[in-house]
Amino acid sequence: MTGYLLEIGQALLALLLAPGLTGFIRWIKARLQGRRGAPPWQPYYDLRKLFGKEVIVSKHASWIFHFVPYGVFAATVAVTMLIPLIAAPLPFDAVGDLLAVVYLMLLATFFQALGGLDTGTAFGGMGASREMTIAAIAEPTIALAIFGLAVGAGSTNLGRIVAGTLANPGAVINPGHLLGFAALFIVMLAETGRMPVDNPSTHLELTMIHEAMILEYSGRYLALIEWAAALKLMIFFSLLSNLFLPWGVVTTLTPGALGVAVIALILKVTVLALAVSVLETRLAKLRLFRVPELLGVSFVLALLSVTSSYLLR
Amino acid sequence: MLTLLTVMITAYVAGALGALLFGGGAAGRGVAALGAAVGSGTGLALGLTAVASGEVLVQAPARLLPLTGLMLRIDGLSAFFLIIIGSIGAAVALYGFGYAASYEGRYSLRSLGAMLNTLLLSLSVQVAADNALTFLIAWEGMSLSAYWLVLTEHDAAETVRAGVWYIAMTHAGFAALTAMFLLLADGDLTTSFDGMRANGATLSSSLRNMVFVLALFGFGTKAGIVPLHVWLPMAHPVAPSHVSALMSGVVIKMGIYGLSRVVLDLLGGGPTWWGGLVLGAGAVSALLGVLYALMEHDLKKLLAYHSVENIGIILIGVGAGMVFQSYGLASLAMLGYIGGLYHTINHAVFKALLFLGAGSVLHATRTRNMEKMGGLIKRMPATAFCFLIGSAAISGLPPLNGFASEWIVFQSLLGGFNIPKPEAAVMMPIAVGMLALTSGLAAACFVKAFGITFLALPRSREAENAREAPLSMRAGMGLLALACIGLGLAPFIVVPALGRVIAGLGRLPDVQTQFTSGLSLASPNGFGRMSPTLIAVGVPLLAILTPLVMLALGVNWKWRTGESWGCGRLGQTARMEYTATAFAEPLRRVFAELYRPTKELTIDFHPESKYFVQSIEYRSEITPWFEKYLYAPCLWLVRLLAAVVRRLQSGSLNAYLVYVTLALVILLLTARM
Repeated sequence: MTGYLLEIGQALLALLLAPGLTGFIRWIKARLQGRRGAPPWQPYYDLRKLFGKEVIVSKHASWIFHFVPYGVFAATVAVTMLIPLIAAPLPFDAVGDLLAVVYLMLLATFFQALGGLDTGTAFGGMGASREMTIAAIAEPTIALAIFGLAVGAGSTNLGRIVAGTLANPGAVINPGHLLGFAALFIVMLAETGRMPVDNPSTHLELTMIHEAMILEYSGRYLALIEWAAALKLMIFFSLLSNLFLPWGVVTTLTPGALGVAVIALILKVTVLALAVSVLETRLAKLRLFRVPELLGVSFVLALLSVTSSYLLR
Repeated sequence: MLTLLTVMITAYVAGALGALLFGGGAAGRGVAALGAAVGSGTGLALGLTAVASGEVLVQAPARLLPLTGLMLRIDGLSAFFLIIIGSIGAAVALYGFGYAASYEGRYSLRSLGAMLNTLLLSLSVQVAADNALTFLIAWEGMSLSAYWLVLTEHDAAETVRAGVWYIAMTHAGFAALTAMFLLLADGDLTTSFDGMRANGATLSSSLRNMVFVLALFGFGTKAGIVPLHVWLPMAHPVAPSHVSALMSGVVIKMGIYGLSRVVLDLLGGGPTWWGGLVLGAGAVSALLGVLYALMEHDLKKLLAYHSVENIGIILIGVGAGMVFQSYGLASLAMLGYIGGLYHTINHAVFKALLFLGAGSVLHATRTRNMEKMGGLIKRMPATAFCFLIGSAAISGLPPLNGFASEWIVFQSLLGGFNIPKPEAAVMMPIAVGMLALTSGLAAACFVKAFGITFLALPRSREAENAREAPLSMRAGMGLLALACIGLGLAPFIVVPALGRVIAGLGRLPDVQTQFTSGLSLASPNGFGRMSPTLIAVGVPLLAILTPLVMLALGVNWKWRTGESWGCGRLGQTARMEYTATAFAEPLRRVFAELYRPTKELTIDFHPESKYFVQSIEYRSEITPWFEKYLYAPCLWLVRLLAAVVRRLQSGSLNAYLVYVTLALVILLLTARM
């Protein structure tokens, strides 16, 4: 019973922290660029504003347009219930493993892309096309990174991977582990639409990938989609931190330990957020046709990670 | 079970004869559809009974009909394929009743109905065959009836060309299969499969290798493995849509059946290089299939290339199983085979669904070109919904059936680190990478296929005036959509059943067949656990909960319709939409080295000044290189040989008499030796 309550609590925690994470990254970027920037809790105000606004739907759109925000949000929240944010293993650990998580996120991307095509605008089509290209080319890297992690831990179930690394701390500096982290870091930048793959704060439609798909959404639909995007960033950060540096993830469900786990998660995510902010300030956005080269680099890193996991078993 | 078998065969024969008797018109269509549907339904029941009860039916039809030398035997593997034939056949028969109405007066409905029943009958007899003679007769019957059906719309040049390629490739395969069976059966084609099993154990290893290579070639031409797949994207688009569904869903699976039967059952597995070859061929087929599918704008040709891709995925599973079997890793081998066979039935169901959907679109818009469609979701809502289910299933998205089988194939590949030899074990991560890339590209391709065809604004007059498909067509699609959802929700029933089927072949040592725990799927040693059923319940639950919570929290619920914003532009026309070519363009650039697109650019300048452009014509084409570099040289060689042989046919009677005498003398000499 506590396990299921914890699952719901975990999802709510992720939902609560996600907009703050996006706001924090924007704030740090602003400070690094010499601006004052909006406060880190600005996205919460944005969400409240959007939920209070009316939705305008294109007359050319179909029921898919209405379904997409709910579908994407539900798939992303389902993923937060499957990943070890603060505790492992949880009752839903047997419901979905790392492969299921990847495919659930592909489900969200699939429907997001259909939503972009639904209104018939050229920008929606462009965003959908680019997003599906990047998602398709990032897939082999994710699969190989999963392979590397699974070989090391003896399971694709996330709880067991975390438990395996906790039980064997020396595995953290395993070359396979580190290479896998580097590969997944690059994939995270691509999948969540961060620089150098996509500029999340661009106003120029021709440079947009994710923003172009959601250009036609407004009101509560846009709120759900933006929240799901922030949640996806939170999920990737949590996976990167908890799979590769699992200290802080608890195995006993006492309130004190859970409090420590929440603080540990916030700390780890903040460090990653700082790293991403610095990267976003320092790197220029890549031309779209250079992105496959970047993803190719991450594929090679993942392949090396798997090879070294094999050789060093 | 015997009664079900008799009813099935009678129904098909009655359907075929009825179609010939009643001819065109609703009566003829109805009788053909009824015969096919009853036969398929009975076949489905027969298969389900056999799989559930585990009993084997042996029957020599010499008792049923005055035919000697034929033998039938329905074991677990046959029953599984009977289930596939039955379920797809029933949906196709139902759909075909409405679809064939558009052929009335133009083409012969007699042959369409009769050949459909004959095809279903040959398929059913083939999976039940117990000796080489029955198998080969049924194989030939299947090939010829499929050929006849492909040529339904025989006045188009494209159709005739497709028919020629199809019949040539299928007969090349048939020759290989005959040779293979002669080797296995030691010259006597009426030896039962039991005799061949015993014989296979005594064959020398070089002969076993020969049998394997012939089997891979013969069954590969039918299944559509790269590079033997060239007939598939030609023949499947031009056939009537319900026939395309049957061909893509069932006929190419006969290649998988044959391969499983010969290599897994009759030969009982082999050295690692067999599995490696199958795995490699599968991975290459999967990747090349999906890459060529991405560039297609003919809806049915796109689906045909995806069939090549999914056959590749099935062979990845089967190949991985064979590799593990050669190293004695029985549980992983079983998992691999289960993954391959599970994907077989899943692909049959969702590919047939997609082809039937494409058929509805073709029926409504009279075109297969995606660039002329659009906005069909509002005019054909049922078709669009069924096509969406099919698209999500083929992309492997949870909670539908494609996800469950791809997960199992991934899990079996992930077990690759258990292989003792590193140079063999390295195949597995590469296969994982290729499978993941295939999966991602398939999702991209189906966003394109569904999005451009059904969403946004209609791009042509035909798309504007499209009408929803008639009831029988919608019913056929609906049945398959339900099957997709059902197979996705119930892998914990399907996987143990498949385990029993493969264990029933008796070639893997007594190993677990469960791979389930409760509602979850579980791979050996607890490597992975996942419950598609619970995901299927959870995600829709969250999707329903979200608006309810929003309502409770007092979110603004108003909405109104307006024009597309498009960054402040006024008005939206069909010319402003993204096209299918534009959608696939980034991937075309990324994989340009593989595609080698040709480019022709003609710019007409204004006569007065080169700075003013009057018109621009751009033409870009991607031709798959197999025909040019692989088949064209073979055909050139055949023509060369034919030209040489032609010189012998001088027309002179005396020369022919000399040839006959020479042949007689040589035969007598060799017979004496």
